[in-house]
Amino acid sequence: MTAPVQGEAPRHDDALPVRRRRVPRGVGALYAGNARAVLGRALLATRSSTWMVVLSGFFEPVFYLLAMGYGLGTYIGDVEVAPGRTVAYAAYIAPALLAVSAMNGAVYDSTWNVFFKMHFGKLYQAMLATSIGPLDVALGEIGYALLRGAVYGVGFLTVMQVMGLNLSWTALLALPALVLVAFAFASVGMAITSFMSTFQQMDWINLVMLPMFLFSATFYPLSVYPPLLQHVITALPLWHAVELVRGLTTGIPGSSPWGHVAYFAVMIALGITFTTRRLRALFLR
Amino acid sequence: MADVWVGSPRVLAVNPVIEARALTKTYGELVAVGGIDLQVAPGESFGLLGPNGAGKSTTMRMIGAVSQRTSGTLSVLGLDPDTHGPEIRSRLGVVPQEDNLDTELTVRDNLIVYGRYFGIPRAACARRADELLDFAELADKAKVKVDALSGGMKRRLTIARALINEPAVLMLDEPTTGLDPQARHVLWDRLFRLKERGTTLVVTTHYMDEAEQLCDRLVVVDHGRIMAEGSPAELIRTYSTREVLELRFGSSRNAQAAVDLADLAERIEVLPDRVLLYAEDGEAVLAQVRSRGLDPTTSLVRRSSLEDVFLRLTGRSLIE
Repeated sequence: MTAPVQGEAPRHDDALPVRRRRVPRGVGALYAGNARAVLGRALLATRSSTWMVVLSGFFEPVFYLLAMGYGLGTYIGDVEVAPGRTVAYAAYIAPALLAVSAMNGAVYDSTWNVFFKMHFGKLYQAMLATSIGPLDVALGEIGYALLRGAVYGVGFLTVMQVMGLNLSWTALLALPALVLVAFAFASVGMAITSFMSTFQQMDWINLVMLPMFLFSATFYPLSVYPPLLQHVITALPLWHAVELVRGLTTGIPGSSPWGHVAYFAVMIALGITFTTRRLRALFLR
Repeated sequence: MADVWVGSPRVLAVNPVIEARALTKTYGELVAVGGIDLQVAPGESFGLLGPNGAGKSTTMRMIGAVSQRTSGTLSVLGLDPDTHGPEIRSRLGVVPQEDNLDTELTVRDNLIVYGRYFGIPRAACARRADELLDFAELADKAKVKVDALSGGMKRRLTIARALINEPAVLMLDEPTTGLDPQARHVLWDRLFRLKERGTTLVVTTHYMDEAEQLCDRLVVVDHGRIMAEGSPAELIRTYSTREVLELRFGSSRNAQAAVDLADLAERIEVLPDRVLLYAEDGEAVLAQVRSRGLDPTTSLVRRSSLEDVFLRLTGRSLIE
């Protein structure tokens, strides 16, 4: 130990003029450009523990497709998707279930898993004690949820191909569309979860997800609803996902894909912004 | 805040690695840290001793650049956390009060992944992880999941994890709280080795034995303020006598006994269960107590400790 002596002037780094920056550089600095470390951690965790859980989430929409597309579909026959254009019932609901599988993958991970890591594992607290910033955490975790959604999507798209439910070459474009859908749901899912503090609140997410799954023109066309209700449905994210993906796998676009793309871009931007701000407020106060 | 100093504030000869002046943190009305001054020299082992809720952890979080100070100045490794948060965090090792190991990963992966958060290349992380596993005596647990470890092992792993980035300062918040005595000694031994290698340690604790074991110099903190500062021996010399005589007369008789014995000691403290008589020679005082015909149920002569310093400074025990 060095003997303390009296009299040396303390150094004051803050005596230097500090220019105000728009992007914080101090305690709340947003980004270290190292989201891949967060993503790498999530992939490693999947490899070593949770891959069975990951796999099980894939089968749910496949079961729906078999039960409803083939079981119920034999009674229903064909569905009109555009004036004068009909497709088999299975080919009608398959793209909707495809969108649902991408959504599920993204939402499972960005809600319950994130909730656990945030409140019980204290994972983000540990990450943010390093040089990692909240935007790194948000991008890494959302990136992983997105990947899970995309993997479910690719798996389901393969099932559709085997069953002959991809009616056009444009089904290939459903892949980037699914990535976009998964990205949007992962971003918003994590943002909402970051504001939740109890299990009861987490149940609200299920309360929203189930009706959205059933009513977003998944199993029957939008025209079934009265006009007012149609407006409500077309405001839901899953409806945009179903429309976008259905247009691509059937080759019969119902509406312009770019409107849907813009909708998801806004979701992504809002999701990442709120997640980052919330992580900073929680762990870098 | 010169008025809170009981001893005189001192300036270290070498550029301090940590320097705080009038450091303050408030949460609304609540003052968690009420203007503290402290300096830590490179290679020093520095302690913050105080009861739970004294503001130790908040101070650590501000130094660790994960909490924004409300006012005052703070320099960590020559940088201001308000402008260089990530740079400071990248050069510190942090052992938080509660373990936050990654329960989904193995012991070795915990180290590697944590190193990756600092942007250290994977190969370097792996090499360093193996060294640290040896240091923490966890090499045989490398492939085990964290949940299978004992409390002491988890703590050692958390310390190893904090060393992955070869930090300039290792910050330990209550490092042995909740551990059994044997695990504490193993941990102290590891921390001693770090100290011998010249690692700068900053330790918070509410255990006086831990502060005496680990700290070259410490501040006594209470209610967000520094009550005294010095080496453990200096503090004991300044604020206590060489020895303490502990007497128990039974809870109903302690207060009266203290009155009867007031002239025998330099100072008397009455605790709910016992009376403490501060004196240079405890045995001599005990003999005098007996000669007065007072017969305590139990008596114990011991050396003064930091616990006595704290009691003197605050009128309260460290652990309540």
